[in-house]
Amino acid sequence: MSDENETSERAAEFVTMFRKGIEFTRELLEENQRLRTRVSAIESRQNDAAQSPTEWEKLREELLERIRGLEVDRNDAIERLQEVERENQQFVTRYLEVEEENNNLANLYISSYQLHSTLDVSETLKTILEIVINLIGAERFAVYVADEKTGQLHAVAAEGGKLSEFPAATVGEGSIGACLATDEVAYPVPLDQAGGGEPIVCIPLCVQERKVGAIAIYSLLQQKQGFSPLDHELFSLLAGHAATAIFAAQLHGQSERKLSTIQGFIDLLSQ
Amino acid sequence: MNQHRILIVEDSPTMRQLLRFALRRLPGVEVVEASDGMDGLRKVTSDAFDLALVDINMPVMDGLKLISLIRGEERLAEMPIAVITTEGAQEDRERAIALGANEYLTKPIQAQQVLSVAKSLLKIG
Repeated sequence: MSDENETSERAAEFVTMFRKGIEFTRELLEENQRLRTRVSAIESRQNDAAQSPTEWEKLREELLERIRGLEVDRNDAIERLQEVERENQQFVTRYLEVEEENNNLANLYISSYQLHSTLDVSETLKTILEIVINLIGAERFAVYVADEKTGQLHAVAAEGGKLSEFPAATVGEGSIGACLATDEVAYPVPLDQAGGGEPIVCIPLCVQERKVGAIAIYSLLQQKQGFSPLDHELFSLLAGHAATAIFAAQLHGQSERKLSTIQGFIDLLSQ
Repeated sequence: MNQHRILIVEDSPTMRQLLRFALRRLPGVEVVEASDGMDGLRKVTSDAFDLALVDINMPVMDGLKLISLIRGEERLAEMPIAVITTEGAQEDRERAIALGANEYLTKPIQAQQVLSVAKSLLKIG
């Protein structure tokens, strides 16, 4: 019984397929006929035109007009395509600019975040070293802290050399002292003269009128060819934020010491 | 979405934050941090990672030692490693590659470079 059903289903499928085949063949024949009629009409028109110069000229003019129309369309399309390509290029350029700006802001944000994440002077100095090495790409540099009473600047943290290799300076004197006095980032010698005794960049560390210190960079990592716009932004950020961070950490350290002394004094009195 | 796990082995908190910030843009990525080579070795041997970003100059254990130990582990022999370092000399690059690093980036790095290398090593389209 099931064999009979299966046979009958397959027969029905075959009949359906056969009908579809008939339908498809009919459509092909109709299409063929339509194309034959069209070719025949064109041939007939060409034959007529070949026999009559006026008709030939008319056909020629029609075709030329059509070609001109198509050329105009083509030029319009090319122009539109070029316009779209220009727009696309502008978007790509703008995207890259935004991407770069985003990266720069991330670097500045992280630097600022790290500088203000501690109230310990040595931790703050370590963060400054990290920023100058990793984000700016300096090879040899020192962080100087100013003595308010004497105006002397002493190297308190350095990379690429011992602290003793970075001579003390005085506020207002020499390239480091002068940059601190003017409170402006200075470039005492050009990059191609790096490695000598003079720094290539001096970054003053000031909090309002208070001279906190300076960062002097003497040379860059060998893979670093020059300063980028981000480097200049980082110099400005360090000038403000590193100064504030060092100053805050120094004040915190002093207040901790004073607190400890006062506590000791109170303990002594209360005994 | 596939979850990719990336281990950052770097002693500088600033660099770790910067790398984490850059990698955040990759979809489906989880970032784990290690502050030196030994910490990195502990984490990489006790957990599974799809990529390690390794600094060279670090306290306790440097990045080159870490790479050689990672490559010595059968399970980790194929894990991609990208070095991110201040050492720009050709011999440093060659040494790291010879030990088994897949990529070598020098600082200061651009976020785009890190993203591009991570995408390539993680085979993210």
